[in-house]
Amino acid sequence: MAGPASESNKGTIDEGIEKGAEKLEPDRIEQVINNVLKNETGARLKVYVDTCVHCGLCSEGCHYYLSHDNDPRFSPAGKVKQTMWEILDKKGKVSPEFIKRASEIASTECNLCRRCAMYCPFGIDIAYIISVVRRICHLLGVTPLYIQDTAHSHSATLNQMWVKDNEWIDTLMWQEEEAQEEMPSLRIPLEKEGAEVFYSVIAPEPKFRAQLIYQTAVIMNVAGIDWTMPATPGWDNSDMCMYTGDLEMMGRLKKEHFETAMRLKAKKIVMGECGHAFRSVYDTGNRWLGWKMPPLPMVHAIEFYYELLRQGKIKIAGKYETPVTFHDPCNIVRGRGLHEMGRYVTEEICNELIEMHPNREHNYCCCAGGGVVNCGPPFKMKRIDGNRVKAEQLFAAKARGAKTIIAPCHNCHSGLEDIVQHYGLNMEIKFLGDIIYETMEKPE
Amino acid sequence: MHGIYNFVSGPLVWVSFILFIGGSLYRLISMAKLANEKDQTVYAYMDFHYAFRSIFHWIIPFGAENMRKHPVMTLVTFAFHISLLGVPLFLCAHIILVKEAYDISWWFLSDSLADAMTLIVIASCVFFAVRRRVLPEVRFLTSPSDFIIIAIVAAPFITGFWTYHQWIGYRIVGILHILSGEIMLVAIPFTRLSHAFFFPFTRGYMGSEFGAVRHAKDW
Amino acid sequence: MFNDTSWDWDIGRRLIADTDEWKDRFEWIEEPYVSPDGEKIAAIIRNEDAEFSVCENGTTWENTFDKIWRLRFCPDNRLTGLVSDMGEWTVAVDGAAWENRYEFMWDPRISPDGMNIAAAAQKGMRCLPVVNDVPWETDFLSMTNLTQGQDGKNVAAVVQTIQVSEGDIFKFQEGCYSLAVDGKVWDRNFVNVWNIGFSQDGTQVAAEVRTSLYDYTIAVNGVPWNETFNSVWKPQFNPEDGSVTAPVRIGGTWTLARNGIPIWDRKFVQLWHHIYSPDGKKLAAIVAPEFGQWTVAVDGKPWHRIFGDLVTDAVFSPDGNRVACIGKTDGAWKIAVDGIAWNESFDMVWQPVFSPDSRHLAAKTEKNGSFAVYVDGQPLKESFGALWNPAFSPDGEKILVRGIGNGADKGKYWRHVISLNDIAS
Ligand code: SF4
Ligand code: SF4
Repeated sequence: MAGPASESNKGTIDEGIEKGAEKLEPDRIEQVINNVLKNETGARLKVYVDTCVHCGLCSEGCHYYLSHDNDPRFSPAGKVKQTMWEILDKKGKVSPEFIKRASEIASTECNLCRRCAMYCPFGIDIAYIISVVRRICHLLGVTPLYIQDTAHSHSATLNQMWVKDNEWIDTLMWQEEEAQEEMPSLRIPLEKEGAEVFYSVIAPEPKFRAQLIYQTAVIMNVAGIDWTMPATPGWDNSDMCMYTGDLEMMGRLKKEHFETAMRLKAKKIVMGECGHAFRSVYDTGNRWLGWKMPPLPMVHAIEFYYELLRQGKIKIAGKYETPVTFHDPCNIVRGRGLHEMGRYVTEEICNELIEMHPNREHNYCCCAGGGVVNCGPPFKMKRIDGNRVKAEQLFAAKARGAKTIIAPCHNCHSGLEDIVQHYGLNMEIKFLGDIIYETMEKPE
Repeated sequence: MHGIYNFVSGPLVWVSFILFIGGSLYRLISMAKLANEKDQTVYAYMDFHYAFRSIFHWIIPFGAENMRKHPVMTLVTFAFHISLLGVPLFLCAHIILVKEAYDISWWFLSDSLADAMTLIVIASCVFFAVRRRVLPEVRFLTSPSDFIIIAIVAAPFITGFWTYHQWIGYRIVGILHILSGEIMLVAIPFTRLSHAFFFPFTRGYMGSEFGAVRHAKDW
Repeated sequence: MFNDTSWDWDIGRRLIADTDEWKDRFEWIEEPYVSPDGEKIAAIIRNEDAEFSVCENGTTWENTFDKIWRLRFCPDNRLTGLVSDMGEWTVAVDGAAWENRYEFMWDPRISPDGMNIAAAAQKGMRCLPVVNDVPWETDFLSMTNLTQGQDGKNVAAVVQTIQVSEGDIFKFQEGCYSLAVDGKVWDRNFVNVWNIGFSQDGTQVAAEVRTSLYDYTIAVNGVPWNETFNSVWKPQFNPEDGSVTAPVRIGGTWTLARNGIPIWDRKFVQLWHHIYSPDGKKLAAIVAPEFGQWTVAVDGKPWHRIFGDLVTDAVFSPDGNRVACIGKTDGAWKIAVDGIAWNESFDMVWQPVFSPDSRHLAAKTEKNGSFAVYVDGQPLKESFGALWNPAFSPDGEKILVRGIGNGADKGKYWRHVISLNDIAS
């Protein structure tokens, strides 16, 4: 029936899952599950489960399924069958072994990318169902170690990377100084009340990719934007708690982020090129807090660049020569419809855009999103094996001449880097901001 | 036998219709209430325009990407659903029964067309059953109940076809036809056949989320 | 409160400085700040030698620094900033740097009377609070949520007490954080400690804590409430009886609890930022009675007026009988008081201020890039290119407007005292 077990499906050892499950008692599992089912879920889950006609039409929506030679265990409904159906069938009377497997499936075999929702005739939201499974696993304390550690960082520092308050400020000052070598009048205004734009980033930027803050500072200064960044927690818009199922922490993080922008009286929040963070501030986190839409307008970098280019606030000195292809990140394309703006920006700054197929809403996920990359090295091969189709899709674009992949999302970057390397694609991956910075007119 | 016939075609019809309508209303209302208690967001984000936009793309043959990927399945599904609804509602014999009882009638299908459509339903059921056995991704999801549901749906059509053509034992089969039709009606609200009336809500909700909040297509 | 009777309350307009002129004098000038009494305007500047200083009313500080940031006036009109000199950081007050220096300083806090300044400091790999140039004797692995008591003499912070290596999730879950008050750490560790509230006299401290990944509660002086919740928000002490209240989440909805026991019978989709009236008799909070609907509830009873986007900055009048807040619906910012919103919508509004007699309400507003003060829903005549929050005179009869002009007045900073009678007419 099922295809041969692939490398990545032998069951990966993860200390967070293993040790967490050691402490589980069947009674507690049952109690926690039923508590979630009774108090935290309702008509949505019920209708989704009752309405699913087991037709399997969602299968081809999922890159895991396609990449595993149509192994049904990786189909969207197949993953729900192995987790939620079983949980509901057994009314929560499942074993610790089952929970371990459910945690692994939910955390590392689904990117919550919502592509399958466009393939299921009923629009059944598999990602939502899988999130409920993650929530149960979180409450049972069975979550992969790396992402759980990240969730801890979020709770202790209100950012994803254990960045201390002083380190954050120090990084901004350091980037300001660096950038002043290039543009002496450049400023990264800290704590400037009443600025038009509150700029927030994800913690990996100050931690590993401070260059991105530098580039943004140059873009902001050249475009003459009245902007600010906070010198307090709330600067980080990322959110792994959303993905572990620690929704209470997710709410706390989003509250801090929005209230920091509100404290600084900014009119809108512009954020860097990140997808999952956008989902958490635009869709998931605000809802948990009771805000139907983000309390302040949330502008993703793509939309921001789009406005800057349209309004002529930045000008391109010479377009980027290398032919590029554009990877549509799930959370800002299926999550916010920014695909056309992304293409506008790309065409403004690049000579040639070669589309990969499928694209726009139908693009394949990078397989890093949904917190999967944050589950760390134990699951790296799972991501790579689980996204062979991405490599094939990129090979096809490359065959038609594309040399650089534009991926306006941090997770996509990490995911695509692994794919490019493993499958020997030999393509470069860039943010839009990288290319804008490279090609824009800067004052002498 | 006459007694059984009278019972099946009399009180049981009423019972099945009451269960069908009552059950459907019960399911819908209880879900609406549950959603109000537990999923307030469903109401907050439901958007008529975008719900309809999505439903529209999904009730048009080949209106969604996935339908184009599976042309045979799409054709079968549409032919099946159209026939499944069309035959019982517009069958001459059914309309005559209604006319005799209540003196109301409406447009009906020619017998030969109805016959063909009945065959489509039966053939589709066979197709679905085979698909469940043959395609690994469907087989993986299939439980015995899925075959029972196919049988429940196929039964009234097989028996109807039989009765119409007056094959051997058609009187008994005729009773079975009525009975199986009643079973199917009752099964709708209480089995996965409820997808029939949940479809507009699940699709509409996803359409609203994709359209109104996320500014994207979901087809 | 600081003494504002000594301010110049003579009616009239006085030009304090022309900030446009400064732009010609300095190659680098940052956004200006204005003293509460309106007499001073100051901005961080950088001179040709790439040294930082501050220009206050046109005069620069005598001292220069490698870097200055977070320039702010204290409520008592002194000017503070964080400054670095030879790679070492400290606090400067009116240009005079503190004695003690650190590798870095951040998060300065100024007490409401302006007398006490605290800030976070880094020494080696450790952090500590510094209060009025006196560092704590203990330092910590990490420190957040630096908080002052009412008079600023008492200071608390969330501190890390046990080193956890990254990735040691099990140790983290045993609890490695606590709270330190005036240098002394609570006996108990928690998984997390967040926002801190001080009692009126500064002797008691309460904070949001998480005792496991799932159990949230309030700890008062290190002792958690008996009850745990899905989540909690910042606790407050009742200024009257010293009891502690906090928003708590029970089974997916929020209510307000005192000493662990719910006191409001209504449940809310959200409830936060609760505030006491000055006499401690009334409680108000920002609430969402339904998903996506925001308002203010006073003693558990929500206003009828609902805002769709958000409500923020709720404030009690001095007599405790009125509550004002900021609300936003479909992008339009509004001021509301006692459940009724002013007609005008704005692009941005600042927390409204009540007059001492509680009869009037004034707010700084922004629309189409120009700023104006509104009093009781009516605009003052003048509009500005930059504006600071208005202040009422102690007798409540005049209002101080501090702003940089528009048009012909561009760049000119005026201090303007207006009689409320003039506005009414
Ligand atoms: S990874 Fe994406 S397509 Fe696959 S099941 Fe999860 S949400 Fe659906
Ligand atoms: S396509 Fe939809 S109905 Fe069919 S199996 Fe997948 S989730 Fe269920």
